[in-house]
Amino acid sequence: MNEAFVVRDLYPVLPELVLAVGAMALLMLGAFQERAATAINWLAILLLIAAGAVIFWLPAERLEAFGGSFVLEPYARFLKLLALTGSATAILMSLDYLAREGQNRFEYPILILLSTAGMLMLISAGDLIALYLGLELMSLSLYVVAAINRDSVRSTEAGLKYFVLGALSSGMLLYGASLVYGFTGTVSFAGIAKASANGGLGLIFGLVFLFAGFCFKVSAVPFHMWTPDVYEGAPTPITAFFAAAPKVAGIAMFMRVAIDAFPDIVPQWQQIVVFVSIASMVLGAFAAIGQRNIKRLMAYSSIGHMGFALVGLAAGTPEGVQGVLVYMAIYVAMTLGTFACILSMRRDGRMVEEIGDLAGLARTNPTMAFFLAMLLFSLAGIPPLAGFFAKFYVFLAAIKAGLFALAVIGVLASVVGAYYYLAIIKIMYFDEPAKPFEPMPYQLKAVLAVSGLFNLLFFVYPGPLVEAANAAAKSLF
Amino acid sequence: MLSWPILSVTTFLPLAGALFIMMLGSEGEAEKRNARWVALWTTLITFAISLVLVWRFDAGSAEFQFVERRPWLAGTINYHMGVDGISLPFVILTTALMPLCIIASWGAIQTRVKEYMIAFLVLETLMVGTFCALDLVLFYLFFEGGLIPMFLIIGVWGGPRRVYASFKFFLYTLLGSVLMLLAIMAMYWNAGTTDIPTLLKHGFPASLQTWAWLAFFASFAVKMPMWPVHTWLPDAHVEAPTAGSVILAAILLKMGGYGFLRFSLPMFPLASQEFAPLIFTLSVIAIVYTSLVALVQEDMKKLIAYSSVAHMGFVTMGIFAATTQGIAGGIFQMVSHGIVSGALFLSVGVVYDRLHTREISAYGGLVNRMPLYAAAFMVFTLANVGLPGTSGFVGEFLTLIGTFRVSIWTATLATLGVILSAGYALWLYRKVIFGALTKPKLAAIKDLDYREMITLGPLAALTILFGVFPKPIIDMSAVSVAQLISQYQAAIGAAKTAAMLVK
Repeated sequence: MNEAFVVRDLYPVLPELVLAVGAMALLMLGAFQERAATAINWLAILLLIAAGAVIFWLPAERLEAFGGSFVLEPYARFLKLLALTGSATAILMSLDYLAREGQNRFEYPILILLSTAGMLMLISAGDLIALYLGLELMSLSLYVVAAINRDSVRSTEAGLKYFVLGALSSGMLLYGASLVYGFTGTVSFAGIAKASANGGLGLIFGLVFLFAGFCFKVSAVPFHMWTPDVYEGAPTPITAFFAAAPKVAGIAMFMRVAIDAFPDIVPQWQQIVVFVSIASMVLGAFAAIGQRNIKRLMAYSSIGHMGFALVGLAAGTPEGVQGVLVYMAIYVAMTLGTFACILSMRRDGRMVEEIGDLAGLARTNPTMAFFLAMLLFSLAGIPPLAGFFAKFYVFLAAIKAGLFALAVIGVLASVVGAYYYLAIIKIMYFDEPAKPFEPMPYQLKAVLAVSGLFNLLFFVYPGPLVEAANAAAKSLF
Repeated sequence: MLSWPILSVTTFLPLAGALFIMMLGSEGEAEKRNARWVALWTTLITFAISLVLVWRFDAGSAEFQFVERRPWLAGTINYHMGVDGISLPFVILTTALMPLCIIASWGAIQTRVKEYMIAFLVLETLMVGTFCALDLVLFYLFFEGGLIPMFLIIGVWGGPRRVYASFKFFLYTLLGSVLMLLAIMAMYWNAGTTDIPTLLKHGFPASLQTWAWLAFFASFAVKMPMWPVHTWLPDAHVEAPTAGSVILAAILLKMGGYGFLRFSLPMFPLASQEFAPLIFTLSVIAIVYTSLVALVQEDMKKLIAYSSVAHMGFVTMGIFAATTQGIAGGIFQMVSHGIVSGALFLSVGVVYDRLHTREISAYGGLVNRMPLYAAAFMVFTLANVGLPGTSGFVGEFLTLIGTFRVSIWTATLATLGVILSAGYALWLYRKVIFGALTKPKLAAIKDLDYREMITLGPLAALTILFGVFPKPIIDMSAVSVAQLISQYQAAIGAAKTAAMLVK
């Protein structure tokens, strides 16, 4: 084996290497240069962009590394770019917050970098070991980030809660993985696929435990309980981070395992996904109605959205996967824009989080109100906004797969869900104005503008995203 | 062929106007004035362009005209626009009423004028688009998108119970429509396209027809609205600002009827025939029941809202009779109702602007102070009753004839509605206009000003014109209607033959 070959062999992992090595270097910088925290934030964003550029630069075909443990195909590229976007935007959105709250710690961007490296690993995992490795790297960083505000009881409580429940779910996932390994004799997805064709009760047990772990990571019912508390307790920019990138990675691994490792026992896992999806959509829709805290509301909204995304997976077809990919891309854009608005809810030098604080926003800040209203309509899935197309593609796949009950319950849940989004719009547009918020920092303005325009104008030229998702979905099968 | 995409221009010109208004400065007297003028000119130019459509339209052809097609969503879902004799009248109705709505809002709307005009212009784009779309997904986009501006119009500029009304309007309509969306998807997988002209010729299997028909029915019946899912309408009408009520009654309701004509009847002929008795029953209940309800209303707008439900009952009855007279009558009735109900809401707006109440008992004897108003209101009231010589008569008469050939009982019972409508409409007119002018608040009330004359005058003229000379509208749609019916009969006939062969 000559040296050149070894280097080329590592090409597929290059994005992860960029992030990991970069994170180490920044750690050194932070440890020795106390005042470099802001610079480290920006450098972290640059690193994420660099990793994205590397993904673009790598050839757009199926690449493997470490004997198949690591796969990079259009599917992984699509989701990795999405996760990187989510992470980079989350850091960008936290700059102003951290400076104002006096929490500008250099550990924060580094933890996000490490967590993102974990996500990329997770998205590309080709066997259960690599999957677990990526998952834990991502999750452990997330637990710490959730508790980064060490002096706040809420934040530490959120971090601890997340850690305990997350560890439990990791345990379940590991248990499932060991069962699967025990009954198939292999950890590689391709091997499991071959062995699982014969079925077997033990394998199904393993599958169920694996899926329970996945459900926890994407906060799908019935493993959603941590979500509202963590969303509410964590500092808002971190909530924004939680709502986007880790969800992408979670859904990515969920789909890869379901499609790659268990392609021949679709009916067995389909019923699980159908149940989880229905339960998430319905709970997300009904539980959000009573919420007064906008971060809690977004938590329930995200639970509902994961339910909608899983509708596509339940179909188990390339159309379904395409639908989920489109859904996740649009979901990330909508969520980041919405959180840019939530992060701008600052009055008298403090963050406010009640929905009522948005009263009359249409008169005190019409631009922000307009964009937020359009984002909320989009989250509700009203055409012609982007959120409609997200739902359109997953339901299209579900109808083709003959999952009519799922589709009907899903769209009905979306009508119920529309109610609480409308309730926020009502407060912004119909109610008398409250005191105006402080002016938005430019980073948030930029994020809101990009996300808002994407959301508004997606219908003009939806082709590229849909085509990219189509190519990505095909590469998984 | 025209060298420029005239339908896209008609559809998106109001949107361009809205963007222009958006760029104007914020609240100030000058900005308010600018916003109004820009909106008025935008709608007027849009109307002028739509008249070019009429002029270039070939009424002798049943094909879709002014067709535009561009790739849009990946796959087979295209941006496809076009009009035929069934959709063109509604396009014109929309573009013609919009300038009147803007004028009617001139003085009545004083807060957040800029946003108000933007909402109306966006709504116009969505409404025209709904009638021009020749792709189901595109249609759905326009159809549902209209909810957003209407929700804001009712909620921001509406009356005291506006929040309740706007939520009810939004959620009711959305609930019906999402089911239609699923049916659209099922049709896509069955036919491999959402292109409307292709789907019209596709011939869906009978089982899919039944389910898809029910799903489309859920959406259009709410929009129309048919009894018993009409309850959002009185609330929305009462709370909406005057121009909002006009748009709701005159155009948004017509989307339901248009949907039945464009999709339910030609695409699912077997299911339409199967469910026709259901439609007849619901229509007759709507006509009789809501007319009775209208008799006891104390709010002028609510009374007109209930009468709208009754009049829409004639439309659904005529459409599903599936006879030439029935369908032509249904289209005519929709156009006529668009003019008349719009004018009635404008008339209510006139006195509301002066007294800020819609209670019938607050008025009386207006003829003494407002002779012009009394005359205009009389024309519209009589048209609402369906007096021969007004446009209301032609539509009701044609739908009744058309239905009579299919179901005598339906037609007979529906005729009761004509009598009842005379009851409530004339009663309203007498209470408001006639009698002695005793109420002190009315003593100084002023007659129509020139702006109100501009809005009501053309509508009164059209009401009478179409009453004595209905030919333009009937001719415009005649060929398309004939083709629709022949295809419908052919599909029914083919199914019958197939059933005979099986036996």
